[in-house]
Amino acid sequence: MWAILTLLVENKPGILFKVTHLFRSRNFNIDSISVGVTDNPEYSRMTITTYGDEKQVEQIVKQLDKMIDTIEVKHLDEHKTVYRELSIFKIKLSNANDSMEVNKLANAYGGKIHDVRKDSIMVELTATPDQIRAFEELAKPFGIIEVARTGVAALQRSGA
Amino acid sequence: MNKMETMTGARALMVAMEKEGVKEVFGLPGGANLPMYDEFARCNIRHILVRHEQSAAHMADGFGRVSRKPGVCFATSGPGATNILTGIATAQADSSPMIAVTGQVPVAMIGKDAFQESDIIGMANPAVKYAFQPRSPDEIPMVVRKGFYIAETGRPGPVLIDIPKDVQQKEASMIFPDEFKIRGYHPWTTPDIANVERAIEMLLGAERPIILAGGGTIISSAFAELQSIAELLMIPVVTTFKGKGAFPENHPLSLGPIGMHGHAEANKMMTEADCVLAIGTRFSDRSVGTFEAFEKRLKIIHMDVDPAEIGKNQTTSVAVVGDVRASLRIMVKMLMQKAVKRTEENTWIKHVKETKEYWKENLKLHPGEMGAAKILRKLREVLPHKSIVTTEVGQHQMWASLFYDVIQPGTFFSSTGLGTMGWGFPAAIGAKVARPDVPVVDIAGDGSFSMTENSLATAVLEDIPVIVFLLNNFSLGMVAQWQRTFYNRRMIGVDQGKCPDYVKLAESYGAQGIRAQSMDELDKAIKTALKSDVATVIDIPIDPEEDVLPFVAPGTSLADMILPS
Repeated sequence: MWAILTLLVENKPGILFKVTHLFRSRNFNIDSISVGVTDNPEYSRMTITTYGDEKQVEQIVKQLDKMIDTIEVKHLDEHKTVYRELSIFKIKLSNANDSMEVNKLANAYGGKIHDVRKDSIMVELTATPDQIRAFEELAKPFGIIEVARTGVAALQRSGA
Repeated sequence: MNKMETMTGARALMVAMEKEGVKEVFGLPGGANLPMYDEFARCNIRHILVRHEQSAAHMADGFGRVSRKPGVCFATSGPGATNILTGIATAQADSSPMIAVTGQVPVAMIGKDAFQESDIIGMANPAVKYAFQPRSPDEIPMVVRKGFYIAETGRPGPVLIDIPKDVQQKEASMIFPDEFKIRGYHPWTTPDIANVERAIEMLLGAERPIILAGGGTIISSAFAELQSIAELLMIPVVTTFKGKGAFPENHPLSLGPIGMHGHAEANKMMTEADCVLAIGTRFSDRSVGTFEAFEKRLKIIHMDVDPAEIGKNQTTSVAVVGDVRASLRIMVKMLMQKAVKRTEENTWIKHVKETKEYWKENLKLHPGEMGAAKILRKLREVLPHKSIVTTEVGQHQMWASLFYDVIQPGTFFSSTGLGTMGWGFPAAIGAKVARPDVPVVDIAGDGSFSMTENSLATAVLEDIPVIVFLLNNFSLGMVAQWQRTFYNRRMIGVDQGKCPDYVKLAESYGAQGIRAQSMDELDKAIKTALKSDVATVIDIPIDPEEDVLPFVAPGTSLADMILPS
């Protein structure tokens, strides 16, 4: 099971270390992690995606909740959550047509074009991890030079 | 608003600790904690000097388990701090309240690989309940207040306070707070009444119910409540090893500890039960064997203060989260209201009692005069019931579990989770500091005792007369037993020889050393030690070939218990 966890934590040095250390010492895996300060500068929000069966995910949530520096920990239902990841692809351009083709592909996924060169182009894509993977598959034939991904940021929908 | 006072960070630490009621600190000075040590001259806290920082942590641990207030240990930076790490991890594994205060290099030197610098906050992270590193002296009063609160509330544990040297030295205006808030910490949950009700129904509906009392029962002193429930419902009681002595072991309903070296009758009845009331236990592999086999055909009611323990190792039918004493009190009250009181012995109880009788008669013991069972029963016979016993780690520890009956609840302590050799003796010293009015005995083996035997210096110089009851088989006996059992008698690295001579060792420290080679000598030795005002080592040579049995091999279930042949 793929799970999205959202954590409200104290915005203090060392908290990210403690959270990631917990995953390592309890034999859990981090799929992606993103951290940023909230509107209240005393808190940060971490979004962690992980894999595990139901029992493991429940344990992860409980162990994170037990940490004194976590204010709130939630396992988000992905159907009731807005979750996105930002990715940047640097794609190879081999012939004259490629630029247009990559442009079309990026448009289809709602991506933005940056830094167009003679032999490469950059695409910024904000989407769900599944969509990013799908885009990646379609971009592969052109040749992917480099990829950078932020990890997921997520918030539960109101009323959900 | 409290009055502001100007003082150094070191002074603030001592004042704050005095406000927490600290009377003793176990420790060893060094470069980076000297400003704190200098303050001992100006406060009413007694400093107890150790010869190795690990022992300071174990002493604080022993003190904490007995007094249920955090014991405090001091160490310097670098190696001083890393030396206490084993003691911190031991306290964490056994949920023992502790405050460890380490010196650190000055703030500006942190990260520069300075002399005696270690990133103790990073190293200790998974082994502490919480860690603080105040970077400014005025943080210290709040850090101490919160540190003690975190260490002793909810599921207790060790808290590390790492103070850079310049933070100890600098002056600041200090406020000593009464009130504070920790937003992410909610140590007590109110037990859910509906779940207690369901637990009662499940217990009443079970044919073969059993109570499994874990260490949490002792930590929350739920002795009277546990006994009331066992007696009202007439349910037999087994314990984990850490829960040993949560229930009087001479009680007709007591079966003793389950587990790898549990009592035969306890393991047998545990595997036959259909419903268990598990109180303050984490279902350690050493207690339950394989997780899958244990929970098969068993309804589990789990009471624990730590919600993360629910469902971690075992699937539960009913969970009651909260202080177990509070939960049990609610249960007793409900049983009283329902006027439930069983008086008739049912077939289950009869079967339990027959099984208990059978094993009392038929467990084969070492034939010699100085067999482990006879030695520990002799100790029990002579020691007053109020005496506190700690153990080291190894065969003697498991023999203590099997043959030393705890009559007065909450008087038996051991390193059960981490299994730290060398724990028992310094922990006994800490226990004696907490309870100078009762005899304190460390049931020891030679392998384990030799790891912290230099604490004899502390016991003698600081006038802390504990008794080391040393079952000496001149070897690392438990490892030897595994080599005999699982490695075809290839004995590697287990022979300790007759080295040292423990009587002479004790005497060289100014302690009393007595060798006991017969039951008669043993009887006299214990009585002499109990009257002595100096620490005593009773060296009891035993047969190095004696195994601890019964034995549930690792990775097997309680039903696969190996019995003496």
